[in-house]
Amino acid sequence: MSFGWAKPYEPKTDLGRWFDERLPVPRMVWNSLGGGYEVPKNINYFWNFGVLAGVALVIQIATGVVLAMHYAANTDIAFQSVEHIMRDINYGWLLRYMHANGASFFFIVVYIHIWRGLWYGSYKAPRELVWMLGLVIFLLMMATAFMGYVLPWGQMSFWGATVITNLFSAIPVVGDTIVTFLLGGFAVDNATLNRFFSLHFLLPFVIAGVVMLKIWALHIPGSNNPTGVEVKGPADTVPFHPYFTAKDGFGLGIYLIVFSIFLFFLPNYLGHPDNYIEANALSTPAHIVPEWYFWPFYAILRAFTVDFILPAKLWGVLAMFSAIILLFFLPWLDKSAVKSMKYRPQMKLWMYVLLVDLAILSYCGGAPAEEPFVRISQIAAIYYFAHFLIILPIVSARETPLPLPNSIAEAVLKGKESTGAPAGAPDTGAAAQPAE
Amino acid sequence: MVRLIGFAAGIVFVFVLALAALAPREASVPDPTEEFHEHPEDIHWSWEGPMGLGVFGGFDKAQLQRGFKVYREVCSSCHSLKRVAFRNLEDLGFNEAEVKVIAEEWPIEVPAVNPDTGEATTQPATASDRFPLVYPNEVAARAANNNAAPPDMSLLAKSREGGADYIHALITGYEPVPAEFPQDRVQESLHYNPQFHSLWIAMPPQLSDGLVTYDDGTEATVDQMGRDVAAFLYWAAEPKLEQRKAMGLGVIIFLIGFSVFAYLAYRKVWADVKSANVGGPGTRSQVDDKGLHARGPGERG
Repeated sequence: MSFGWAKPYEPKTDLGRWFDERLPVPRMVWNSLGGGYEVPKNINYFWNFGVLAGVALVIQIATGVVLAMHYAANTDIAFQSVEHIMRDINYGWLLRYMHANGASFFFIVVYIHIWRGLWYGSYKAPRELVWMLGLVIFLLMMATAFMGYVLPWGQMSFWGATVITNLFSAIPVVGDTIVTFLLGGFAVDNATLNRFFSLHFLLPFVIAGVVMLKIWALHIPGSNNPTGVEVKGPADTVPFHPYFTAKDGFGLGIYLIVFSIFLFFLPNYLGHPDNYIEANALSTPAHIVPEWYFWPFYAILRAFTVDFILPAKLWGVLAMFSAIILLFFLPWLDKSAVKSMKYRPQMKLWMYVLLVDLAILSYCGGAPAEEPFVRISQIAAIYYFAHFLIILPIVSARETPLPLPNSIAEAVLKGKESTGAPAGAPDTGAAAQPAE
Repeated sequence: MVRLIGFAAGIVFVFVLALAALAPREASVPDPTEEFHEHPEDIHWSWEGPMGLGVFGGFDKAQLQRGFKVYREVCSSCHSLKRVAFRNLEDLGFNEAEVKVIAEEWPIEVPAVNPDTGEATTQPATASDRFPLVYPNEVAARAANNNAAPPDMSLLAKSREGGADYIHALITGYEPVPAEFPQDRVQESLHYNPQFHSLWIAMPPQLSDGLVTYDDGTEATVDQMGRDVAAFLYWAAEPKLEQRKAMGLGVIIFLIGFSVFAYLAYRKVWADVKSANVGGPGTRSQVDDKGLHARGPGERG
């Protein structure tokens, strides 16, 4: 689409030509996922996760649509209808375990995909909108996953929904009204279950729409690559098909093997036992925890325990949403013109700290809200905000990057021969020059 | 500007979190009963297979039948099994006629409508019925059981941390109250069981040696009955386990083959690119400066 040397679509048959003149869908596919999309040839296996996220979305929609044929969104029978799927529907257990574990794997893939973007600076110009659309998808995924978890109407479904919707009551003045509006009543009940089911069915298709926008936006500048140096000529790229369809085929095989291990042999490992108990408004579980993929944000929410001007609960809610919203501003918080952490020795170290920090936050989010986990998550949350809002802007403005290769082709050759210093490696100043 | 606002927001969050992190904690009062808790013994179940990896290994039908007998003769007087149908018992190795007899002879009848008068009545269960409820509702269950409703057992093995290990440990875990147990924590109306989360459980001890006479001659020790009923309840919670694992093995073997071929295809497709990379500066390496060059975010932010 964007590179002059990309091979244009040429219909091979009369029918293909007839179609191409009227509704050029094959041309669109060719240009976006076929031989017409030129991709940097040095991208590594981290770049498989975009395609894998698409596969995960398709698995969720396909299994979800069939599950919805058997599921009943009514508080009296929702739990029983899920057990009916598990016990009486042909391969119902397979569909449900695929859907439940598929959600976890969708998040695993997306978290790796996001980390890839952070590590190689994929959020930077000219791909800011690609990054931001990705975050929109992430937010939609979180909403979808949260509402989906309510549908089986187990104890964690019910109490998770109660805790999370109650967060909105922290908003001054209108909080309680918002909660009532969201729930369709004064407590999580049948009206809540019905609207969550409706929205849980709707949102994946909204996600699919945003995915199309994202791919569209991505294909203007083309894919980033591990050097962060933009494509300069035909020597830097290879066509998506057959080169990356082949590589993605292999990546898909490995992904599906890991997915199958959980799906067939550990289907309940990522879930919570309490959700096999039917929802009971009169019995609160000892520890209410969300699904594992919300743990880092849940830890941030619970880290605010002190009223300071605002109530602690409102601080927690503000911080939890800010933790994601701030990522939208990353392209401007990071001043460095160098994209890839490979060439950013100082920032790279901070990124390792961030990775450890996220692991700690995740662990604390799943642990009970008691010491020492509360204090640990407070310290970890301090680093989370400091990393993005304080350290990143300062370090990126002051660090001296390593010399960049002149081009992707040169970086690939250098990597193969592992010889001395590259000739005429530009400094940051040169790399920062605008193209136009 | 973005950086300034971000910096200010960052300082505020860090400050409030630091206040919270430095705030003194109320000294936590250690629970004196915590040390009396015991953890379930890790039992090697038939479905855990060789080395306990869970890849192979299904249900031991003889054990499930024994476990069913324990359920029928002991548990079922209080605990329902409402999500399991009599027809499902064919999984345990009973034939159709046997299942029919089990259903008909079940001590509780299923709700029905009198075809002549339209009045609510009951009739003997058939194979297609699910196990009937023991109590009509939770209030009745509480009223009959010292205000603690016996949980339905259909999903017990999946809804408790520890699964079958926990069920076995709990049902066999009753002990006399230890002498050093704090007297003010003793709950007279309940029963001491160090496996239970609160140590005090409403259910009295149920099993005693020889309580059940096994048809296959297995000696009915408390431990044996505990194992058998836990295995039975694991089947009740996860009846498709064998089907799931069999399919999983096939799927993974297929996927390994698929991945090998996909990898070979990938190597073959890339062979020309890789050799060109090793061979020296590429043949198509004219630099096209119209291509997009790295633009610093600084120019836009």
